[in-house]
Amino acid sequence: MAWKVKEEPAPGGAAPDVTPQGEHAPTGAQNIFELQAVSVRYSGNLAVKEVGFGVPTNRITALIGASGCGKSTLLRCLNRMNDLIPGARVEGTITYKGQDLYSPRVDPVQVRKRIGMVFQKPNPFPKSIFDNVAFGPRVLGMKEDINLLVENALRRASLWDEVKDRLKDSALGMSGGQQQRLCIARAIATEPDVILMDEPCSALDPISTARIEDLMNELKDRYTIVIVTHNMQQAARVSDKTAYFSVEVGDNDRRYGRLIEYDDTERIFTNPSDQRTEDYVTGKVG
Amino acid sequence: MSDSRRRLRRPSHRPSDRVSRTAAAAGAAVGGSLAVPVDADHLPRATRRDVVRERYFKFSLIACVAVSLIVLAILLIDIVRQGAGALSMDFLNNFPSAFPERAGVQSAVMGTLWLMAICAFFVVPTGVAAAIYLEEYADRKRWFNRAIEVNVQNLAAVPSIVYGILGLAFLVRGPFGFGRSVLAGGLTLGLLVLPVVVIASREALRAVPSSIREGAMALGATKWQAIWHQVLPSAIPGISTGAILALSRAIGETAPLIMVGAATYVAFNPDGLNSAFTALPLQIYSWLSSPQEEFKLLAAGAIIVLMAMLLAINSIAIVIRNRYERKW
Ligand SMILES: Nc1ncnc2c1ncn2[C@@H]1O[C@H](COP(=O)(O)OP(=O)(O)OP(=O)(O)O)[C@@H](O)[C@H]1O
Ligand SMILES: [Mg+2]
Repeated sequence: MAWKVKEEPAPGGAAPDVTPQGEHAPTGAQNIFELQAVSVRYSGNLAVKEVGFGVPTNRITALIGASGCGKSTLLRCLNRMNDLIPGARVEGTITYKGQDLYSPRVDPVQVRKRIGMVFQKPNPFPKSIFDNVAFGPRVLGMKEDINLLVENALRRASLWDEVKDRLKDSALGMSGGQQQRLCIARAIATEPDVILMDEPCSALDPISTARIEDLMNELKDRYTIVIVTHNMQQAARVSDKTAYFSVEVGDNDRRYGRLIEYDDTERIFTNPSDQRTEDYVTGKVG
Repeated sequence: MSDSRRRLRRPSHRPSDRVSRTAAAAGAAVGGSLAVPVDADHLPRATRRDVVRERYFKFSLIACVAVSLIVLAILLIDIVRQGAGALSMDFLNNFPSAFPERAGVQSAVMGTLWLMAICAFFVVPTGVAAAIYLEEYADRKRWFNRAIEVNVQNLAAVPSIVYGILGLAFLVRGPFGFGRSVLAGGLTLGLLVLPVVVIASREALRAVPSSIREGAMALGATKWQAIWHQVLPSAIPGISTGAILALSRAIGETAPLIMVGAATYVAFNPDGLNSAFTALPLQIYSWLSSPQEEFKLLAAGAIIVLMAMLLAINSIAIVIRNRYERKW
């Protein structure tokens, strides 16, 4: 079941065959994303090289690896946030529910409506708590009662009880952990299929972190979650699948990230098939 | 031999070297005895020079502030002493007159208010839209966007009389032909302060962290929705402060209004965009150039009125800024 990325990329940049044919998550779940030979360049500089794996539906997939190996970059490819960075280019194919995410006919705004994102640093809008959550449904023109939508989203982000009496207060007056849960509430208010989380707990204390991890477990049966984390225990605790990336040094000292191993989380943390993965998850390097 | 070589490699005049050596010596002197605090120099005190320099710097800053405050105070006191006598309800309600005791500033005040309104209506939407384009949409790699940027900066420094000539040629006569109207005057002032508004609005937009834009767009908002609903409201304090300060510059301008042919003796209030008009600075100018001493006192009174208006406008700016102040 485990598979390794070939060490030597095919010369001339041809896409190596890195996608396991017909293989799916062991649970038999469908893959919502399929990545094939995905490379990302910033102004021509390679940041991520020829990554391929599949993200199973309604599971939590963790991306781990040393700083600079392109986890955030790859995550931002999945909802086309990289389109906002001038000079960023994505090669290879990423399919979402079988459809090419980067086909010219696809509108990135529509993609982001279905694939939400939570950022490393909580970034609430400088508005009221209510308005923060209501913004998404409003711009998407969702027809349901807005009060209900906001309440549901806050409940699911297990924030409702803390803020129900001060919905009109500024979101900037909340604690960091609350702000991050607000950002999660904001993301789920629009009923996306997928939530991408880029180190959502890196600015939080262990208790807030635990709450968000619980939250992820609860959200799992409705959403597919992809999470970037530097916290090995967190990856081991919450995720079903783990992808380990490392930084390779190419010609002229250019550094880029590559996928080393992708497998069930349990396997990655107990019996990885690549020595580098083992060194990383056991803390011998990085 | 080996000792001299080491000395060659680490010349002893290097200050760090000296510090570490004295520290080591101090340590050695204490020897085995325990935990006596040693006044060693591995945590050097602030040197005398640093302290003096710091104090000198602070003092010169205070001195600079004092100079500007004193000049301002002298100016104010002088004006108020001269002009206070002229101030009365009649002075505010009367129109200009050949008789100093019957002359007043009503038409000038109304003219200034009309100018401000026209100027604001023109300059705020135009300036903010231009700023949004330059800040959010323009591709800085394109030469014409860079050219626009540089030229907006340059326009802010063009003397106001030049805008007066522009207004005369294009707005009063020329393609628009508004005549010597309050509309032409207001738009001329608008053109004059447009660069200031653009620059202030750009700065306000730039101060909105990109995480706000990303957060909005990650929720499926279009770029315009993100700007309109999140970025622009966050930038309102900065934009309005900039716009109001620009307006207060506009209402103090005299030269461009003389250029576009505002009258100095107008015994009626503007009653429409095409109306002839005067304005406070013009009224002041005309009274000051009169040979009669009484009119000079009226000018001082009009200056007090103008400064009161400026003060009111600037306090609005302060209120808005405090009201909407945001911390990220
Ligand atoms: N906006 C950008 N412009 C240019 N280069 C970028 C940009 N963002 C990332 N990079 C480069 O891409 C590479 C991968 O960056 P990325 O942020 O994806 O790493 P990461 O794995 O998320 O690291 P970290 O764990 O520190 O967040 C880095 O070499 C980085 O310099
Ligand atoms: Mg990152």
